[in-house]
Amino acid sequence: MDKVAGHPPVMASPAGSAARSRGLQGFVLQSPAIMLLLAWSVVPLLMTLWYSVRNYNLVDPTQQGFAGISNYWYLLTDPDFMTSLENTAILVGGVLAISVGLGTLLAVLYNEEFAGRGIARILVISPFFIMPTVAALLWKNLMLHPIYGVYSAMMRAVGLTPVDWLSRYPLATLVMIVAWEWLPFAVLILLTAIQSLDTEQKEAARMDGAGMVAQFINITLPHLSRAITVVIMIETIFLLTIFAEISVTTAGGPGVASTNLAFLIYSRALLQFDVGGASAGGVVAIVVANIVAAFLLRAVARNLET
Amino acid sequence: MATVELRNLRKTYLHEEIIKGVSLAIAEREFVVFVGPSGCGKSTLLRMIAGLEDISAGDLLIDGQRVNDTEPARRGLAMVFQSYALYPHMNVYRNMEFSLRLAGMPEAERRQRIGDVARILQLEPYLDHRPGQLSGGQRQRVAIGRAIVRNPRVFLFDEPLSNLDAALRGQMRVELASLHRRLGATTIYVTHDQVEAMTMADRIVVLNKGVVEQIGTPLELYHRPGNLFVARFMGSPPMNLLPATISAPAPEGSVQVRTGTFSVSIPTQQAGLEAGAPATLGVRPEHIRIDPQGAVHGMVEVSERLGAITLLHVRLPDGQMIVVQTGGDNIDCADTPISMTFEEEHCHLFDAGGMALARSTEHPLLAGA
Amino acid sequence: MARTSTRLRHATITLLAWSIALWMFFPILWMFLTGFKSEPDAISTPPHFFFNPTLSSYQDVFARENYWHFAANSVVISLMATVVALLVSIPAAYAMAFLPGPRTRMTLLWMLSTRMLPSVGVLVPIYLLARATGLLDSRTGLVVIYMLTNLPITVWMLYTFFREVPVPILEAGRMDGATRWQEVTQVLLPLALPGIASTGLLSLILCWNETFWSLNLTSSVAAPLTTFIASFSSPEGLFFAKLSAASTLAVAPIMVFGWASQKQLVRGLTFGAVK
Ligand SMILES: Nc1ncnc2c1ncn2[C@@H]1O[C@H](COP(=O)(O)OP(=O)(O)OP(=O)(O)O)[C@@H](O)[C@H]1O
Ligand SMILES: [Mg+2]
Repeated sequence: MDKVAGHPPVMASPAGSAARSRGLQGFVLQSPAIMLLLAWSVVPLLMTLWYSVRNYNLVDPTQQGFAGISNYWYLLTDPDFMTSLENTAILVGGVLAISVGLGTLLAVLYNEEFAGRGIARILVISPFFIMPTVAALLWKNLMLHPIYGVYSAMMRAVGLTPVDWLSRYPLATLVMIVAWEWLPFAVLILLTAIQSLDTEQKEAARMDGAGMVAQFINITLPHLSRAITVVIMIETIFLLTIFAEISVTTAGGPGVASTNLAFLIYSRALLQFDVGGASAGGVVAIVVANIVAAFLLRAVARNLET
Repeated sequence: MATVELRNLRKTYLHEEIIKGVSLAIAEREFVVFVGPSGCGKSTLLRMIAGLEDISAGDLLIDGQRVNDTEPARRGLAMVFQSYALYPHMNVYRNMEFSLRLAGMPEAERRQRIGDVARILQLEPYLDHRPGQLSGGQRQRVAIGRAIVRNPRVFLFDEPLSNLDAALRGQMRVELASLHRRLGATTIYVTHDQVEAMTMADRIVVLNKGVVEQIGTPLELYHRPGNLFVARFMGSPPMNLLPATISAPAPEGSVQVRTGTFSVSIPTQQAGLEAGAPATLGVRPEHIRIDPQGAVHGMVEVSERLGAITLLHVRLPDGQMIVVQTGGDNIDCADTPISMTFEEEHCHLFDAGGMALARSTEHPLLAGA
Repeated sequence: MARTSTRLRHATITLLAWSIALWMFFPILWMFLTGFKSEPDAISTPPHFFFNPTLSSYQDVFARENYWHFAANSVVISLMATVVALLVSIPAAYAMAFLPGPRTRMTLLWMLSTRMLPSVGVLVPIYLLARATGLLDSRTGLVVIYMLTNLPITVWMLYTFFREVPVPILEAGRMDGATRWQEVTQVLLPLALPGIASTGLLSLILCWNETFWSLNLTSSVAAPLTTFIASFSSPEGLFFAKLSAASTLAVAPIMVFGWASQKQLVRGLTFGAVK
């Protein structure tokens, strides 16, 4: 017999119980994360629910006791509330439309060969690293300031009268600023997705006589669909709760023209010290987020399939 | 070395039974091959033996010990995966060392063992290469080396050669066979390549949809398929199968069978055959002779010249296609009418349920079996 | 004919790509430049591209606020939150990827759904809880909250990376006698290291730039750079040079870091949507 066969067999040390229950192990490994998130999502939620049916004002201790649904009633009948819902939808929808639409086109563009492509790409994605407060301050003061802003200077240079963008078109300007922050994220992901596109597939389409546009619609876009889902989901998570940009640029104004749900609740809670009302708003925000989440997660669930 | 015994093993995923009761006793040093079509449960069965899948019901015994609940590494097995599953972040030496290190073997002994194995597998020049820097055949050897350093009681292989090209596969087949002879380890080998099965196996287990169709030596399965499934599965090109009817149970242990266009008389000891019963006539391509006086006529549609042999694809008058194997010097070409004779003692007959009918003649190689 | 049209196309692409890149980057560049201007230069109309660079704004910023205090908070809080998030999410992602049960997918989706809850909805209770537990304006408080808000994302990213690891390699480890712990530490983690790195990177960036909780739960002791910059926003907003210098100081570390790790980061950001 051979030398190797002469070696004694190697067995693992007899540690560990015999039958390992996969289910139990899986549960044990997941439980820290699950417990933490459970606590994180349930405890504050219950507290919010509790406060939302209480009279609770930080500066007026005389107001106390059970409020029933009056906080909700007050909130839901407040015209500001509807405006803030609309504004939230416009902000999310507007930024998503810009970042996905423009992001796809830019991804195609930056996938082409050109001089200095690597540097150009880095320049394009840079805004993603900028913190929201800085982005907002930058645009508000350095770029769009009606007197000293660069954009105002450029308008004057071509003979136009500078506009005070943030007070004339507060919401549109906010959409623009936030889109500037999030467009790079979309480009980054979609560009990576495009790079993974099989060139043979494209060549086959060319052989079939597909032009640039036909190739884009029939090959590139379907290939990007999963990546687009991811962009939409991640961005929505963050866009639903935009706060710093509003707080820094317009503080929700003029009036409530640029107040989204998050900022409305914030101003109720910390500017008017109405904890009960703010909590009712919080509950509504959570309900809204859950409705949006239900739609988004269905799309993501499909993504998880394969 | 070890014996392995499967007693009515079953595997259920959710509500679907994948392995439906497999029983098998594997002797020491035996080389057993599982074959079967894709999805029939070969890998699942092997992984149940390895301990990577739970056993839903039944018993698995290694050396007479029930090991259903024993962890993989404590069953004394080593497995070679189809994808090799080498640790990409470790070099060849570390790949082979991993299990020894986990088992707490002293450094000197590990070095010694890996050296021995590397020599046998001609891996010495590559010990500090990462798997990514090796060719397919070298990776295969590392995977085998990783299995044999542990000197396991039983080797498990799951389609280990299917990622290699044809030439390398042939070479590795021979190497594996000679390695088995040298090490003498009990081996269970999964493949869907019947050449591998035929050439390497002591015994072949044909699986279909989680059920054992037949167990036997390669030649038994080839010459004495127990049913239509095995008949179809073993042999390349496969056995010709023609629908037929029993026309008359003839005397002296043979039976008259008619297909659409001709009749043959087949020796059988099966009792109780009724005239008019449907059946399937099977004959391997090499058991059809070209014979100008033959009773079977047809038209050559395609002639495949493989050099040593020629395969004629012949259309019978009722439209059935059969394959006939003749010598490499055959000159029949497409659109030539030919006549043939079926060698009756080599014909197979299957009843309506697909089971082989008892034979009265035996293949010479199996005569002693 | 064909040659010229190709060349024209190429020129168009180059021009377009560079114009857009410069337009996207211009605000950042302008901020950087303005930080080196004197205040009068900063608000000159029309704005100057060329000027006498001065460090006076930076000196003012450093004189007014203890930059290093905020920066240290940012670094410590982001790093700690990321490390803890990884420690909690690696076992969870491992279990989801390799020991999936019938409820695994639901669990994962539920985790993501917690990330969609608007922070502002729970601001009041969290504020009160933090005050009650003494975590208000403390690094620990922010670390805990950042860790919790990032957990769904890190679990999910790690899950997608782990699922790309070929299962047979882990099984080979098990056959070789690795315990669950050894399987994870000696086989899985080295294999998934790039994925873990990009998960950590994203988490760092998100923590660094998180604004809502840092503004509302910290004031001085634990205040990170997001708070630092907020203090420059309102009344002194018109001191453009100082504002720019402060902004540059706030974003420079993470931006340089992001540029350097760009390739690694991208891998992670695709969340498994790109193979
Ligand atoms: N984890 C699982 N869950 C549910 N069904 C499974 C699982 N693993 C395998 N199966 C099913 O079990 C059956 C047998 O699979 P198995 O991998 O054993 O087939 P196989 O004979 O090895 O096929 P192949 O030759 O293609 O490798 C298949 O129908 C497969 O779909
Ligand atoms: Mg298989």
